[in-house]
Amino acid sequence: MRILVTVKHTPDLQSQRSFTDGRVTRTAEDGTMNELDEYAVEAALQLVEAAGEGEVYALTVGGPDAVAAVRKALQLGVHHALHVSDEAVGGSDVFGTAKVIAAAVNKIHGEAPLDLVITGMAALDGLTSMLPTALAAELDWSQLTLASALSVADGEATIERHLADAHETVSAPLPAVVSVTDELNKPRFPNFKLIMAARKAPVTVWTLEDLGVNAADAGAGASRTTVVDASERPPRADRVKVTDTGDAGTQLADFLIEKGLA
Amino acid sequence: MTTVAVLIDHRDGAVTRPSLEALTLARSLGTPVAVWLGESPSADAAAQLGEYGATEVRVVDVADARLAASAAAALGAASDDADVIVVISTFVTKEIVTRLAMTTGAGVVVDAAGAEIVDGKVEALQTVFAATWNVRTRIDADKAIIGVRPNTTQATPADSAGAGTIIDVSVDLPETRERVVSVAPVEQSDGTPLAEAPVVVSGGRGTGGDYTLVSELADLLGGAVGASRDATDEGWISHEHMVGQTGTTVTPALYVACGISGAVHHRGGMQASGTIVAINMDPDAPIFEIADFGVVGSLFDVIPQTIERIKERRGA
Ligand SMILES: Cc1cc2nc3c(=O)[nH]c(=O)nc-3n(C[C@H](O)[C@H](O)[C@H](O)COP(=O)(O)OP(=O)(O)OC[C@H]3O[C@@H](n4cnc5c(N)ncnc54)[C@H](O)[C@@H]3O)c2cc1C
Ligand SMILES: Cc1cc2nc3c(=O)[nH]c(=O)nc-3n(C[C@H](O)[C@H](O)[C@H](O)COP(=O)(O)OP(=O)(O)OC[C@H]3O[C@@H](n4cnc5c(N)ncnc54)[C@H](O)[C@@H]3O)c2cc1C
Repeated sequence: MRILVTVKHTPDLQSQRSFTDGRVTRTAEDGTMNELDEYAVEAALQLVEAAGEGEVYALTVGGPDAVAAVRKALQLGVHHALHVSDEAVGGSDVFGTAKVIAAAVNKIHGEAPLDLVITGMAALDGLTSMLPTALAAELDWSQLTLASALSVADGEATIERHLADAHETVSAPLPAVVSVTDELNKPRFPNFKLIMAARKAPVTVWTLEDLGVNAADAGAGASRTTVVDASERPPRADRVKVTDTGDAGTQLADFLIEKGLA
Repeated sequence: MTTVAVLIDHRDGAVTRPSLEALTLARSLGTPVAVWLGESPSADAAAQLGEYGATEVRVVDVADARLAASAAAALGAASDDADVIVVISTFVTKEIVTRLAMTTGAGVVVDAAGAEIVDGKVEALQTVFAATWNVRTRIDADKAIIGVRPNTTQATPADSAGAGTIIDVSVDLPETRERVVSVAPVEQSDGTPLAEAPVVVSGGRGTGGDYTLVSELADLLGGAVGASRDATDEGWISHEHMVGQTGTTVTPALYVACGISGAVHHRGGMQASGTIVAINMDPDAPIFEIADFGVVGSLFDVIPQTIERIKERRGA
């Protein structure tokens, strides 16, 4: 079983997140591996462990600091780390990012076939949840998204997905792009031995040229969308906080009625 | 003139309110045409779409469009001439528009709170980073796709109604690798689905698993019941009720958080709501940082009193 997991470097949710010149401010200190990608890493490790053989690759696309995302994946136990780092990738939209990730996937797939690419259900900064679909289309592989259960047998992957109106079971032949939700598993914690090993583990770094991607097909230049303005929202004004001494419920009702909400 | 195709969401043959909101938004961008996937709409439904400005109702009678690639082909066939496509942002439509954008080269912004045309280009508005930032994104591509969140545009009928003429569109669905093995419909609770509800009353760990008061208040306010992840993990209430970054994102006019601490994952899914009310015993709970009206107290004391008072004042 050969699996590639995509991991994005995103600002820590607890940090003060912001924009600079229409792009997310990204620094090494408060950036981490997208929390939802931990479930993807866990899914890949479990499948390989169950198969008793195989390899897991972690891939990130981003600036130099993004290496932190694949280091985290190494700490969790993936076998190989890949980092596409190129100035020209900055400002990519979903489609440019998908093109670059697909090129990296194809490079590994060309060395020896992959069975699966596993992604998180969303990156907690962009939050579009569009990348897995775009990647499957770009690769022309099967698309199995939002898996809250995943199994692989006889050259097929099968998932369950919980949508607002229905629970679906969907199957498709390998190779497949699978996005997984945080319902799928419970990610492991890195152990000391792996943390030490991850520090020294090699990370393969590729540029767009290494992948045969034309710089004009990725990055801000190729982006179909441009952030023209980003501003911090003012905090909510006139906030009220009461401590219940027996009539707070009544005060709340009056507040709602005055606001025309009840 | 800009043609704006709106993918209509319908349930049991009826047009959902977010679809009317999307048509209202579409009117401000150009001339709306409605796209209806599935069995032809009733005359009433088509008339309603016309009332909200749809000049045409393009029907693609696909029996099964559960797979993103199939739905994208159907939507694509009915929106060939459209400069702008508007859908209601959900996990499902995000996949459909991504597929469509892969074949049409369209630029896409999802989870938008609004859009306008500036210098001939669509600009979409979003709130990001758990609603702490406003972002305006221009779609440079020739075709623009916008996924809008429910409750972000006030649905109003058009001053002059569109004809709402039904036009049948045929499509050859693509071969898909994926196979839907089974579909189990989720039992829908009465009333409006969470994402569309104008009022959401949510209960978290602080309810201890008893949703009686939360449901009663939600009913009284004409809203839906939401929950935190801890509550759905406990099995107190089904997953469909979970509000948050990995659950449903809601933007109701009123959000009432009862016994919810306000973890960043939860806030990401509700922070853009109009008015936020929090009821929590812990004065330091982070939910109070974003509450317009916070009550430090037990929900078991506060909610019954609130319900009683509202009934009393309504009766008066
Ligand atoms: C606030 C914000 C708003 C944006 N809005 C838009 C928009 O409206 N339209 C648009 O086209 N682009 C948009 N982008 C750009 C887009 O986020 C990036 O191109 C991104 O790399 C892919 O989208 P996502 O972050 O939403 O990923 P999602 O689709 O939410 O991520 C799903 C999974 O894909 C994988 N993944 C995503 N990106 C990477 C990566 N760089 N490296 C490795 N794995 C990855 C991860 O496994 C992740 O869990 C936006 C970015 C930000 C920060
Ligand atoms: C990857 C990831 C994704 C996640 N996604 C989501 C998500 O989408 N949505 C989500 O909600 N969570 C999500 N979570 C979980 C989130 O981090 C929190 O753990 C969760 O929101 C906490 O739920 P809670 O507020 O109900 O419980 P707690 O944090 O335990 O808070 C309970 C609160 O109830 C109060 N309380 C107790 N008794 C009473 C009473 N009688 N009256 C009033 N108040 C009372 C307490 O003071 C406390 O503040 C996610 C976590 C991870 C790691």
